[in-house]
Amino acid sequence: MRRYVFAVAWRVAALAALAIAILVLPRYVGVFRANQFALVGIFFIALLGLNIVTGHAGQISLAHGAFMAIGGYTTAILVSGGPTLGEPLNLWPNALEGGVRDLWTIPLAGLAAALAGFLFALPALRLTGLYLALATFAIAVATPAVLAKPAEITGGSRGIQLFGLPELSGKGFEQVGFLGHDVPFEDFVYYVTWLIAAALFAAAWLMLNGRIGRAFRAVRDSEVAAAASGVNPAAYKTLAFAVSAFYAGVAGSLYVILNWGAAPRSFPVLLSIQLLIGLVVAGLGSLGTLVLGALFIQFLPEAIRRSGDLGLLPDALQRWGDEPGAPNVVFGAVLVTLVLLLPTGAAGLPRRAAAALTSRRYSQS
Amino acid sequence: MAPLLELSAVSARYGSVPVLHDVSLTVDEGEIVAVLGANGAGKTTTLRAISGTVRRRGAIAFAGRRIDRHGPAAVARAGIAHVPEGRGTFSELSVRDNLRLGAYVRNGGFAEDLERVAGYFPWLAERGNQPAGTLSGGEQQMLALARALMAQPRMLLLDEPSLGLAPVVVAELFRIIRELNERGLTVLVVEQNARLALDAASRAYVLETGRVALAGTSEELARDESLRRSYLGY
Amino acid sequence: MQELAQAVVGGLASGGIYASLALAIVLIYRSTGVVNFAQGEMATFTTFVCWSLLHHDVSKWLAFGLTLAIAFAGGVALERTIVRPVEQASPAVVVILTIGLLVGLNGLTTAIWSAEVKEFPSAFPERSVEVAGVPVSWQDIGIVGVTLVAVAALAVFFRYTKLGLGLRAAAVNPEASRLVGVRVGWMLALGWGLAATLGALSGILIAPIVSLEPTMMQGVLLYALAAAVLGGLDSPVGAVVGGLALGVGINLLGTYVDAVDANLELAVALLVILAVLLVRPSGLLGRPAVSRV
Repeated sequence: MRRYVFAVAWRVAALAALAIAILVLPRYVGVFRANQFALVGIFFIALLGLNIVTGHAGQISLAHGAFMAIGGYTTAILVSGGPTLGEPLNLWPNALEGGVRDLWTIPLAGLAAALAGFLFALPALRLTGLYLALATFAIAVATPAVLAKPAEITGGSRGIQLFGLPELSGKGFEQVGFLGHDVPFEDFVYYVTWLIAAALFAAAWLMLNGRIGRAFRAVRDSEVAAAASGVNPAAYKTLAFAVSAFYAGVAGSLYVILNWGAAPRSFPVLLSIQLLIGLVVAGLGSLGTLVLGALFIQFLPEAIRRSGDLGLLPDALQRWGDEPGAPNVVFGAVLVTLVLLLPTGAAGLPRRAAAALTSRRYSQS
Repeated sequence: MAPLLELSAVSARYGSVPVLHDVSLTVDEGEIVAVLGANGAGKTTTLRAISGTVRRRGAIAFAGRRIDRHGPAAVARAGIAHVPEGRGTFSELSVRDNLRLGAYVRNGGFAEDLERVAGYFPWLAERGNQPAGTLSGGEQQMLALARALMAQPRMLLLDEPSLGLAPVVVAELFRIIRELNERGLTVLVVEQNARLALDAASRAYVLETGRVALAGTSEELARDESLRRSYLGY
Repeated sequence: MQELAQAVVGGLASGGIYASLALAIVLIYRSTGVVNFAQGEMATFTTFVCWSLLHHDVSKWLAFGLTLAIAFAGGVALERTIVRPVEQASPAVVVILTIGLLVGLNGLTTAIWSAEVKEFPSAFPERSVEVAGVPVSWQDIGIVGVTLVAVAALAVFFRYTKLGLGLRAAAVNPEASRLVGVRVGWMLALGWGLAATLGALSGILIAPIVSLEPTMMQGVLLYALAAAVLGGLDSPVGAVVGGLALGVGINLLGTYVDAVDANLELAVALLVILAVLLVRPSGLLGRPAVSRV
């Protein structure tokens, strides 16, 4: 009992420390850094979602970048003044009126992505393992192109630009009022992101530690056993995909607000894969360490550049650290190394990631 | 004369579970030797230790050469053909391809080998294009044997050849095994059916929980009352 | 009529490219039960190697030949070094590994050659010939021809050579293969080598059409995956049939349905994958998988 109290106290303290650190951070860093830490929060939200479907419900997803895209485009279209019933299309730059204030679009973006996740899950809940990986990969590749298709709404391959719109908080460059303070746009997005992240974190914690979370894990560990104990695997898989996509949609929405716009190339296949790598690095399942995964995704590229500048890399690799592809080499190398180091180990993170992939076809007999 | 196959203190394990403990046995050229024992006594593992499909320790010598560090492919090349339990035929490949695989370690001479083997199994030739999986159980066992013979082995390892087969088929199978033996092939056979095995073999080893519990000629073992009751069940 | 014929021929040409990459995916899937998600990036990488060779004034055909050889060696090396340690692990682990390879190779390609789009010469003349009154480009004829030759060569290899037999055996029953003396580990490496070579072939064929850049094969990989799933992931014949069918089908849609453009063609591939996996997961020509509970 005492042990349990200590464990809880320790966690509460750690959370509180983290919350305070997050709260005061913008005071000590510039807008450039605030921008980066807002991105960390955005990745954190997406990882919270991915963790629900992959870490707990055991369904691999290579499509979370695509769900982010759907959320992001929802926000971009609404802010720029999307089509309303019976009216002609009302799009930037011809018309600056008729858009929705960016903050209001965030829940709508989440819902749009959740709907997409739900619709995808309807057929996909019959897929397992490798087939699910294939299907979600296909979604990750196809979604940006499909979004570019209705060019009059989504701006085609060039996307939608939001900078300077009155619906965008502070038009993207002015000070924004936030809880009685005027703060730079980047700090504003930072606070909004982390506020939402905290709320979604709490929601995820409550859900995963309750009945629904148990049902998710039952489905992950054995669908047959889950069904036998009264859990409907199809329903819970669908729920996991929808909720998880909601998180990704919110992340995508914030991503678009922060970047003043959406374009197909903002959501490449590699984004989906980076999220998966972030999840594996953070260790599937536990919520708190997902922050580490988000930090990893955001700061790995810079870390590589820096280590090149600081001469930490061998001479031959000095200049190479600046190459645009270098971070992805390391992302790939990290994943490969993790898989090779811990292929079957009891604490193996890839093993758990793999469990999400393992269909009944591969089950050990 | 040194035995053709000699196992000295061979141990084997699956993961962390030890299965064989210091098993020693010998097989002379031209013999049929049986390995008997209850389920889980380590019979199959003994054969797998010889053919290198399980990790093992101890010394295994074949025809005067150590093979205990050889992988399965090298053991096959050394002249030992292993017909595993459940036959190990390639059910998706044709009968002919199965036979070609039997001759995988040999260079050339496929036609002559095929002719020689088809002498024992005349029906094989005409069903060459049929997928092996569509054969009956007895036919698959015959195919597995035929495939093993394609390699022109000096020694045959047979794992439960009678498993799941009709008595008529089993009798035919053992008739062929005896005939092969008379022509000089050495055989080490694992069997649940002890009476059948002792009938065919000149000597036998009885395994109990991974150790050699008894060894002797077939006549001695068949006469041993306690053995019959406790291990052989008849 | 002429438009239809041209659409079909053009479809066969792109279908041939999908078919060779799909065949590469099927080769690895058959032997290991794994879909190699890095297949497209491996192809891109080797195509860039070819570009570098051409850039250093190696003659065209020599460069193509060298590239295929390098791809083969690279595929074998990848299997022996990175895939081999997880050979015994579940296929799921290997799939995650190939996803790591996908990202890593993409980064490596970008780091070495930059993301800039590059011109890549076609192996075939730019002229057209009239076949039965329909102008057909040499490019299309060449692509279809090369694909057919590659497929035929592979078929002969698998059917009539000892090595091909060993590869097939190792794919269907590795345990029994070891017992008859097949070096299963090397067969897997050989499979990766062949797959990498086929991938390089598809890269060289498509680079002149889509122009060479690090993400060049991502769309092609999706089509190839759709083709492989359509034909049956374990069926080499299915991969070829699936590739050609998909190529022609998509080209016809693009020609006759105004709404379908380059953007929606990817969605068609996605729909094909979903539809086949749901309705008939074993594809047109594959064997139904037995699932164990």
